[in-house]
Amino acid sequence: MTSIRLELQDVAAGYGARVVFYGITLSLRQGETLVVAGANGSGKSTFLRLLCGLQAPTRGNVFYDWNDARYDPRDAGSLIGWVAPDLALYRELTGSENLRFFAAVRGLALHNEQIDELLAYVGLGGRGDDWVASYSSGMTHRMRYAYALMHKPPVLLLDEPTVTFDERGVELVERVVQTQRQRGITVIATNDARELRFADYVLTLGGV
Amino acid sequence: MDHEISTAKFAGIRTPFRQIMTAMQAVLIKDVRSELRTRYAINALILFAAGAVVAVSLGIGFFGLRRDADSLRIQAVLLWIALLFAALNGLSRSFVHEEETRTLASLRLAAPPLAVYLGKFWFNLALLLVLDTVTTLLFVMFVRVQVANIPLFVSLLAAGSLCLATATTILAAVIAKASFKNTLFAVLAFPLLAPTLIVAIEGTATALGGGSWSEGFSALRTLLAYAVATFVASLFLFRFVWEA
Repeated sequence: MTSIRLELQDVAAGYGARVVFYGITLSLRQGETLVVAGANGSGKSTFLRLLCGLQAPTRGNVFYDWNDARYDPRDAGSLIGWVAPDLALYRELTGSENLRFFAAVRGLALHNEQIDELLAYVGLGGRGDDWVASYSSGMTHRMRYAYALMHKPPVLLLDEPTVTFDERGVELVERVVQTQRQRGITVIATNDARELRFADYVLTLGGV
Repeated sequence: MDHEISTAKFAGIRTPFRQIMTAMQAVLIKDVRSELRTRYAINALILFAAGAVVAVSLGIGFFGLRRDADSLRIQAVLLWIALLFAALNGLSRSFVHEEETRTLASLRLAAPPLAVYLGKFWFNLALLLVLDTVTTLLFVMFVRVQVANIPLFVSLLAAGSLCLATATTILAAVIAKASFKNTLFAVLAFPLLAPTLIVAIEGTATALGGGSWSEGFSALRTLLAYAVATFVASLFLFRFVWEA
């Protein structure tokens, strides 16, 4: 089985002159879960955006070791599943059409049965033919999980994983995190103390 | 999760050419489907073109009755002005819409940059060809434009549209994250497109007047060369724009 490793070396991030965090050095290996905690504005979401290559660090390096090679996060989209409240899907397409589209651009050939199974897994069984625009906020968040999990990524980044979720949604997150322990690395950004139970390590941001 | 996805089909880190083509097709189909459902760009393009043609026909429609060199050139100018401003009004939307609906990040994480550029380029070109057809028909009907060399006219229109599509697609990606998007788009696009516009107008006037292929060939060649150069440069530049 291919193993994944995430490495951060003296990483800093900021917006213009404002430094959000600095000096983060850490390493995560296959099966490990990191919970990133901190108050609003402490840089939790920024930290996750660095890990998925949507933002570049202002100092330091972030990279993944996978399959005997080293990858910059910007080139590692195939390795990463990202769930975040500000992750948007196409509202004018149905749930199934969204998944079929993202599967196609990722180079996956998902059959209709697989799409239905994926939707059922995230709790959207039978709603695949509805436009995403018609989904509630909780259902939209479940779609984000389907988007992030379709390619079984070795790195799963969850930003506020249970936001807008009901009890069954929280159970979904439990299942996803447990499954991801077998598959690779999980990084969770949260300010919900209950989610610290997932952690092998806790990184607390704030105080810059 | 019960389903198994073949690891052989896992989206490779090094994206093979075939996957880029499949992803490009997916982006194009997604954009067409979204456009048919929302009419986000096509309404702006067609309304602008139709408005321009009607205004022209009301104001100076009588030029259609004359066949001298000046009136042919004026007709060509009016046609290309309508096409240019309709294009400037609508073609930035392929990327701007992604930014406004915050889908850029999900697309960026999943799709190879080259596939996104190519998908958006073909979508813009398809929109322009629809716009060309509608605008030309409206010009023929309302401004009474007579095209003496139809094959040359169509070729020049297609080549000019190719120039518009190549330049506006990369510019739309550049301005998508900026403030004052529409103003910036027009300001950046105009100097880039002005030289091709002059050539396209000259060539179109020749085609309207019944000029031969050899007379229009120079304009056609210039437009195609510009389109190819811009397209190739965009292929190299797009990744940097996309990841900025």
